[in-house]
Amino acid sequence: MASTAKKQGVGSVIWEYLTTVDHKKIAILYLIAGGFFFVVGGIEAMMIRIQLAVPNNDFLSAGLFNEMITMHGTTMIFLAAMPLLFAFMNATVPLQIGARDVAFPFLNALGVWLFIFGGIFLNLSWFLGGAPDAGWTSYASLSIASAGHGIDFYALGLQISGAGTLISGINFVTTIINMRAPGMTYMRMPLMTWTTLVASVLIVFAFPPLTIGLFLLIFDRMFGSSFFLVETGGNTIIWEHLFWIFGHPEVYILILPAFGIFSEIFATFARKRLFGYSAMVFATIIIGFFGFMVWAHHMFTVGLGPTANAIFALATMAIAVPTGIKIFNWIATVWGGSIEFTTPMLYALAFIPSFTMGGVTGVMQAAAPADYQYHDSYFIVAHFHYVIVGGVVFGLLAGLHYYWPLMFGTMLSEKLGKITFVIFVIGFHMTFLIQHFLGLWGMPRRVFTYLDGQGYNTANLISSIGALMMAIAVIILVINIIMTIAKNQKVGRDPWGDGRTLEWSLPLPVPYYNFAQIPLVRGLDAYWIEKKANNGRMMPSESLEDFHMPNNSFIPFVMSFGLFVAGFGALYFASGKDWAIDAVSGLPVHPWAPWVLGLGLAITIGAMITRSVKDDLGYYVTKEEVLRDLEEEERRAK
Amino acid sequence: MKNRWMNAKWLGLITILAAFASGCGKNHLSTLRPAGEVGQEQFDLMLLSIIIMLFVVIAVSIVFTIAVVKSRRKNMGEDFEPKDIAGNHTLEVIWTAIPIILLIILAVPTVYLTFKQSDTEASENDAGEVNSEEVVINVTANQYWWEFEYPNVGVVTGQELVVPTDTKVYFNLQASDVKHSFWVPAAGGKMDTNVEGINSFYLTFDDEKAQDSNRLFYGKCAELCGPSHALMDFKVKTLPEDEYNQWLADMKSIEEPVQASASDAAEGQEIFNNSCIGCHAVTPTGAGAQGPNLTNFGDRELIAGYLAHSEENLINWISDPEAFKPDNKMTGAYDLTDEEIASVAAYLMELKVEEGSGDVETLRQNAEESSEEGSTESSGESEGSAEEASSEEPAAEGEESTEEASPESGEEASEEASSEPSEESASDSEESTSESDEEGGN
Amino acid sequence: MAHMEYNVPSERWPAHPETATMEGKNKFIGFWIFLAGETTLFASLFATYLALKDSVPGEDHPLAADLFALPLAFVMTMFLLTSSLTSVYAIYHMRNNNFAKMQLWLGITVLLGLGFLSLEIYEFIEYVHHGHTFRSSAFGSAFYFLLGTHGFHVVIGLGWITLLILRNARRGISVYTAAKVNTASLYWHFIDVVWVFIFTIVYLLGVM
Repeated sequence: MASTAKKQGVGSVIWEYLTTVDHKKIAILYLIAGGFFFVVGGIEAMMIRIQLAVPNNDFLSAGLFNEMITMHGTTMIFLAAMPLLFAFMNATVPLQIGARDVAFPFLNALGVWLFIFGGIFLNLSWFLGGAPDAGWTSYASLSIASAGHGIDFYALGLQISGAGTLISGINFVTTIINMRAPGMTYMRMPLMTWTTLVASVLIVFAFPPLTIGLFLLIFDRMFGSSFFLVETGGNTIIWEHLFWIFGHPEVYILILPAFGIFSEIFATFARKRLFGYSAMVFATIIIGFFGFMVWAHHMFTVGLGPTANAIFALATMAIAVPTGIKIFNWIATVWGGSIEFTTPMLYALAFIPSFTMGGVTGVMQAAAPADYQYHDSYFIVAHFHYVIVGGVVFGLLAGLHYYWPLMFGTMLSEKLGKITFVIFVIGFHMTFLIQHFLGLWGMPRRVFTYLDGQGYNTANLISSIGALMMAIAVIILVINIIMTIAKNQKVGRDPWGDGRTLEWSLPLPVPYYNFAQIPLVRGLDAYWIEKKANNGRMMPSESLEDFHMPNNSFIPFVMSFGLFVAGFGALYFASGKDWAIDAVSGLPVHPWAPWVLGLGLAITIGAMITRSVKDDLGYYVTKEEVLRDLEEEERRAK
Repeated sequence: MKNRWMNAKWLGLITILAAFASGCGKNHLSTLRPAGEVGQEQFDLMLLSIIIMLFVVIAVSIVFTIAVVKSRRKNMGEDFEPKDIAGNHTLEVIWTAIPIILLIILAVPTVYLTFKQSDTEASENDAGEVNSEEVVINVTANQYWWEFEYPNVGVVTGQELVVPTDTKVYFNLQASDVKHSFWVPAAGGKMDTNVEGINSFYLTFDDEKAQDSNRLFYGKCAELCGPSHALMDFKVKTLPEDEYNQWLADMKSIEEPVQASASDAAEGQEIFNNSCIGCHAVTPTGAGAQGPNLTNFGDRELIAGYLAHSEENLINWISDPEAFKPDNKMTGAYDLTDEEIASVAAYLMELKVEEGSGDVETLRQNAEESSEEGSTESSGESEGSAEEASSEEPAAEGEESTEEASPESGEEASEEASSEPSEESASDSEESTSESDEEGGN
Repeated sequence: MAHMEYNVPSERWPAHPETATMEGKNKFIGFWIFLAGETTLFASLFATYLALKDSVPGEDHPLAADLFALPLAFVMTMFLLTSSLTSVYAIYHMRNNNFAKMQLWLGITVLLGLGFLSLEIYEFIEYVHHGHTFRSSAFGSAFYFLLGTHGFHVVIGLGWITLLILRNARRGISVYTAAKVNTASLYWHFIDVVWVFIFTIVYLLGVM
């Protein structure tokens, strides 16, 4: 099993990763795939900024530009930010709560493969007739009118990867409810675990509306229904509602785990317990709850009427209160602490003013009449990038540096990390601060070019230069990662020296079974307590015995692959048919489409039946093996 | 590291503030230069929220900076062990209460204005029909052009919206194909044109403010609607009430298409009647047409919503619409030779409603005379021509000139509205129009 | 390594065999959370249906009131409600460690479900004859999507329970298989509850 992986060759390492159900390896899969898509989305962003650097530019054609912005948004949200957060959730949460794995290791693997196949499916659109071009929001009237198969790739790709996300969400909720070590009460859980719990609950409630919305789009575009076809009674506003009922909580799904990462980092590098822990927990829950009540603030200009607009304006403003509480609690955590300026801490510190900026512009938009001006202008672009980059991406970069030793047993270079940090943060503010003003000066978003003489030139050029700096920073980061892997300088337990939570009590690299004995948790910051009281040794809650671990399985990969195949069948189903919408009825007929659809579904269902019929009871790790590992670890420590 | 970054940030902030002070954008398209009651109210609300939010940002930044500077490990010593503090009730109550108070200050005008600005009851009479006492305009957004119908008079026009100043103008908005959004930034916020149902709102245009912008405002489509979304601009001509009524009457009086006078134009008219009239009307009727109404085409400021109004541009546009507006519905709808296109263009340029009425040029000159001693530097002929010149540039600027000249000249144009450079570049590049266009379009 | 702990001798058979192991408990909690997600899924479907239920392209397109036959819908409801009851019996016998009776009641549940499904298919065919199809109107699309999703759940549920009956035929009950049976029965109850909403919102509201 996994313990023998070290001696194996490349082929078996790949096989190990294709079949793994170990949350730590799945975290690495998420990190690699998410990192890849982050780079892809970044390249798309650079294309956008090059095109907009000067007026009347013809670097990209109008159609290609719309494909770029659509894929940039979709990729960054669904294929980069969320998977990267899942990487850190997978890497840390089971360790933070003292579990040997997640509740459903098999589903964990299924989630990652669904995401990867969905992401590949979506990006294949570039090579198969054109990417989606109706924006990441894909508003129904335009997405129905959009010719070709681009939107089909969008709808099917997101459906596949969205299923993976939902599965992962369910998995984390169950894990955190049911797999906590003895003594790990809810109010002793690290903030990262708490935010993962709340974000996962949001996933469970937010993704099904997206699923339905995407199905409506899929049925209209591929199976001839008329949900959004006005002439047969359809209504496109339904899409907007469903999309934003998902879309707004999605923002919190992204930002809450980032808040979790920052909370861990603040406490660690200020060497001080998180200020107002319970207030932080309740603020997280309230933000998650309110996140479902405000979706229509994305639709102030749709014409829902003053009553709806006023209610949603007030609800939106209310979210500022718990978010403000969090900001002040972080500052209070830092206050009177002993700050060590490591790379993760730098990102965390830069996050406070950056995110505050993004937060207050959000409140400004909550004032509905003023939002009639901001809406769909560059002001919005500036705002959500302040939140998503200044919040989520800073969190991801901080988390990458902070959790790198936990995931790989080595340390990223602090020097390169700090260079990356400086360039990235300056580039970020340069890119997006000025865009607030562009919006106020009347520049709409999603424009492939702008005319000269409207006063937009300088600001756009500054913005593009800033984007270039961010790109340079990411390149330095990649160099840093490659160098670190090449050097392969191993570090030991608690590499940051100030670890507070359970995950840092483990030896590095973390054994595949995580805990030789499930620890006993005696309070918040469980490891810190034992550092002070017990010389850094966790008290075990059980005697050393054989324990049970799940088997690897190739079935998740097959199941996901089946849906990937079925996607192509669905995609070409309506192509050239006379009942199809105008956008695809003129395309060539693909008679094989129904067969491919059937074949794909058969693969998936067959895999499910196999899984259900076969007894997969896992295996046992023996006491002797664990003892051997413990001795070796002690030898290495000396 | 931290300090250097903070410095950079403050420096950036100062630069931005300076830029902000020097320009709130252009009179004719900036939300920061409100031109009417609606825009003004929204601007005031924006200002209120900006003040509150700046207060928050500054307060947070100060506390944060103190916290960070004070608590550096270098200050505290390597072995310093901070005291763990679980929380502090008083503090937590304070930083919950203050935001709530600030939000209430913002919430009250928000709710008030939300209801006030959505009040379009006056635009309908009791029977639910258009109120003939009020100025009501039906807007239909199409890929990628605008149709404006004046239901009380029975006049239809396209691309160029004409409105009276100093009165409420009610708009009924809808889209014919995909969703668009109707936005005149200087006059007020936007409203979506949906494919189902009609949205209504109102805007007002102050006559004084209108004069500052040469009576022309920019309108834009604010919702992604396809490849040429960026080019779906329109102009808003704001006339004093009398002029406006005169213009409407003049438009209304055209019951038969204006007959061409010049010989090539007459030829053009014949070609037009064979090839173009199926989509383009030349009498101010027929709302919901396939293409923009061209009744007063000769009077307009722009071609295709964004090109400067010259016969040359018109010929280029008719020859290859795809190069100017990708994905437009006109491409391939007709098959004309170059000579035929030239004749049609000549004909179209003749399509003018009675000379003088609604002519912005005349009004502009009047305004200029009256404000000769006035302080409004940016108004007047110079900016008007700068605009025209610049709006031509998509058709104009070659590749080399874009790289070098554009950032600089663009900057100047944006700050000071200096007309010279852009006028020049526009005129000398007009010759190279067609080649560079094809590049631009593909 | 033998998995002794799954085969609990009958004298130590727990009152709740489905949650007797950590895996069983995980399944139980996880499935409830899944059902929470399913609830929002159906809520979105109901919202879509309510928004579109009167949206047809022309006067001659049939509407809900022209189509629905309450007696048939009532019989379908009875089939499904009864099948929910029989699945409760199956769980009851599972907890009493009575394998044969559990299988029997599961079998009856499947038969009742099949009855429901045949009636639904008959109903759909009728509607199609009246010109009410998935493609004929937004109302049609929303109707078939809502009922179709529910029907699809019924098919999945029937397949699942049948598969459990077959796979467990040789294995009997253990705390391992009990968790599986219990999850399937939870799913079946959920389908039943959704149907009650469909009956109220689609049928009763439709003919009123």
